[in-house]
Amino acid sequence: MKKLLSLVLALAMSIGVCSMFTACGDETKPLIALIALHDTNSTYDKNFIEAFEAACEENGLSKNDYLLYTNVPEETICKEKALDAADRGCEVVFSDSFGHEPYMLEAAKEATGTHFASATGNKAHTSGLTNFHNAFASIYEGRYLAGVAAGLKLQEMIEAKKVTADTDGNYKLGYVGAYTYAEVISGYTSWFLGVQSVVPNVKMDVKFTGSWYDEQKEADAARALINGGCVLLSQHADSMGAPSACELARVPNVSYNGSSASACPNTFIISSRINWQPYFSYLIKAAKDLREGKTATIDTDWMGTIDNNAVVLTECGQAAAEGTQAKLDEVKAKLLSGELKVFDTSKFTVTVNESKNANATVDENGHLTSYRADVNFDADYTPDTEVVANGEFQESKFRSAPYFDVQIDGITLLNSAF
Amino acid sequence: MSKQNTVKEPLFHIVKRTEMPLWQAWLIRIVAIIVGLAVASVLCAAVAGKNPLDVPVSLINGCFGTERRLWVFLREGALLLGVTLALIPAFKMKFWNLGGNGQVLIGCIASTACMFYLGGKLPDWVVNIIMIVAAIAAGAIWAVIPAIFKACFNTNETLFTLMMNYITTALAAYCLVVWVPSGTSVLSPFTEGVLPTIINDNVLTLIVVAVLLVFMTVYLKFSKHGYELSVVGESEKTAKYIGINVKRVVIRTLVLSGAICGVIGLLLSGSINHTLTTSMDNNMGFTATMTAWLAKFSPLVAIFTSFFITFISRGMSEVQVSFGFSESSVANIVTGLVYFAIIACEFFVSYKIVGRSKNKEKSVKTETKEKQTEAKADEQTVSDEKNPVKEEVK
Repeated sequence: MKKLLSLVLALAMSIGVCSMFTACGDETKPLIALIALHDTNSTYDKNFIEAFEAACEENGLSKNDYLLYTNVPEETICKEKALDAADRGCEVVFSDSFGHEPYMLEAAKEATGTHFASATGNKAHTSGLTNFHNAFASIYEGRYLAGVAAGLKLQEMIEAKKVTADTDGNYKLGYVGAYTYAEVISGYTSWFLGVQSVVPNVKMDVKFTGSWYDEQKEADAARALINGGCVLLSQHADSMGAPSACELARVPNVSYNGSSASACPNTFIISSRINWQPYFSYLIKAAKDLREGKTATIDTDWMGTIDNNAVVLTECGQAAAEGTQAKLDEVKAKLLSGELKVFDTSKFTVTVNESKNANATVDENGHLTSYRADVNFDADYTPDTEVVANGEFQESKFRSAPYFDVQIDGITLLNSAF
Repeated sequence: MSKQNTVKEPLFHIVKRTEMPLWQAWLIRIVAIIVGLAVASVLCAAVAGKNPLDVPVSLINGCFGTERRLWVFLREGALLLGVTLALIPAFKMKFWNLGGNGQVLIGCIASTACMFYLGGKLPDWVVNIIMIVAAIAAGAIWAVIPAIFKACFNTNETLFTLMMNYITTALAAYCLVVWVPSGTSVLSPFTEGVLPTIINDNVLTLIVVAVLLVFMTVYLKFSKHGYELSVVGESEKTAKYIGINVKRVVIRTLVLSGAICGVIGLLLSGSINHTLTTSMDNNMGFTATMTAWLAKFSPLVAIFTSFFITFISRGMSEVQVSFGFSESSVANIVTGLVYFAIIACEFFVSYKIVGRSKNKEKSVKTETKEKQTEAKADEQTVSDEKNPVKEEVK
């Protein structure tokens, strides 16, 4: 028996020794790392992971040149993973979730030789660190365009007498949102304004689920909206709950973060999404420069736009109205030239009262003349920056993450979820 | 042929082992782990198109590769051990406390509440004392509610404690809504009111869990309480007969169980993360049911089981990174396979499979023959496990 035991022990030890040698043989240092909140099963993270892998391929990186950390919670472990990536030699570490930001910031303070970038974050411009960055995209422009596509569909439905207006002569839209905060508010408002640019007499109900990924709640919210008389829906949450509910009820839907055409062939109109590949390419180039000892500048607040291909639309689905693509190209050109602004204050009215829009000032017609937004992070969330100028609410100008949280007229929030 | 033989004997039947030498039991376990790891490695390598030997290398690397990883490994292992220690007395009493997640999370909520409302307003050491009391009390209350219902109305504690988990998660989500006015539900880490740092963020956790370990070992082995709870676990009627107040023991033990979970919550929020999330318990309440069972409710063996499970889970996250998997399903399958091997081998430790004997008459007649058949069966079981003990038996 003793013989056997010694045999087993000897085997275990030799494996151990072998492993140590192979561990030492690993010489190539990775260049860049991505820290993701979930894995590819979440549409949100999938969008990042696929763009990251595509950008790595585009820039000629092999599998050993990049690292992918998935299912990293918004806790101290995020900082440890970020520093682990720095330990391994990464020049740039990127995280995809808002809740990662405080930990990425901590990591940036500790590993000053490495650059850290946090998507959708808002603390970089006030952090005073040169190796900490934020990035986001003007997805409100994408949503506006998707709204135009939805407006064309609604117009088609009105002409075909498939839908009827309510007693005030308005057609009701529906929107399923995750949480009641700027990112979502900015999104549904721009979508609504897009629809309204085609069909002026619309109003909208918004229902929040209080979760970024909850298939059941999203489907329930969509059904509630449909039962409440909404004739066309969109959503800002990560599961297939709302589009699937729309498909079952045959209500046209504008999707987000990728096409739902295959699962919802009869109702899918179009989808907008943020394409992170340009930003990852930008980071990889900077990382390569840093590796070679050159200085590289990474924007404190990087802004993705339609122009740099960070805001993109999918192909139109079967449900889209005829001529949608042509109209979209036309509107897109106007957005690019600056002729058209999404948050043009003359296009919407705002009601200021005790319960809402306390930070807004409006003229006699209800158009916004001044708005103080909470741009700089502080514990009390004080509104600190004037964001209305030249007849426009200047979304994403003072930092990359959205701060449009005005409740405009025509949109009813059925609930709220923080 | 006698009449006895007309009854058809099944192909094999399962017999409980009366006794097994310790070394043999451990050999079975070690072999099971190696087999589990080997299968897992091959699977992992096949999916990634890499060398199977890279898997154990990455596994070891992931836990011990750098100083930082070693600290994380020690801390996570200690936390899991802490929750295991909390469950052990309850399990020993046959009270299936599946509410570890909730009891840990309520501890997190209580200590975060102290940091949120008192941090910066009172000196840190005052806040710390209030935090400690609050977290322990919260955990204890969370565990004692189902215990009272069990003791007084004999409700099902498994379901009750499980339900409490969901309530806690919702409560944490609610607190985050109240505490984060911007609506993002991301509570920035606190700098005031947090527990003191000893050397680094991890050492305090290690010290606290070590103290808990000593306490629990002494409590179960040498105290009257420990004896009483094991009697209640063995037989409630016996306990009543010898004059143990069963209700009191159940409630008292669960207060202890919940309080320890509360301490773990305190460490998570107050010392490690300095904030609150709805998933901060990291499912340890469920993982610890496994580590507690595998440790046979012994606090000292729980050191091994907790750190081994941590080794596998932390190591697998490293394998996932170094193999470039963009989703965790492969890592989850592998972890599952290893767990399965460990749990399955416990079956072979407690039972043996006896095959249909060919010379029944003889085996019935003489005891010596029977022993021989048993030995044969033993051999079969063992060879099933790829355990080369054959020679020894022969």
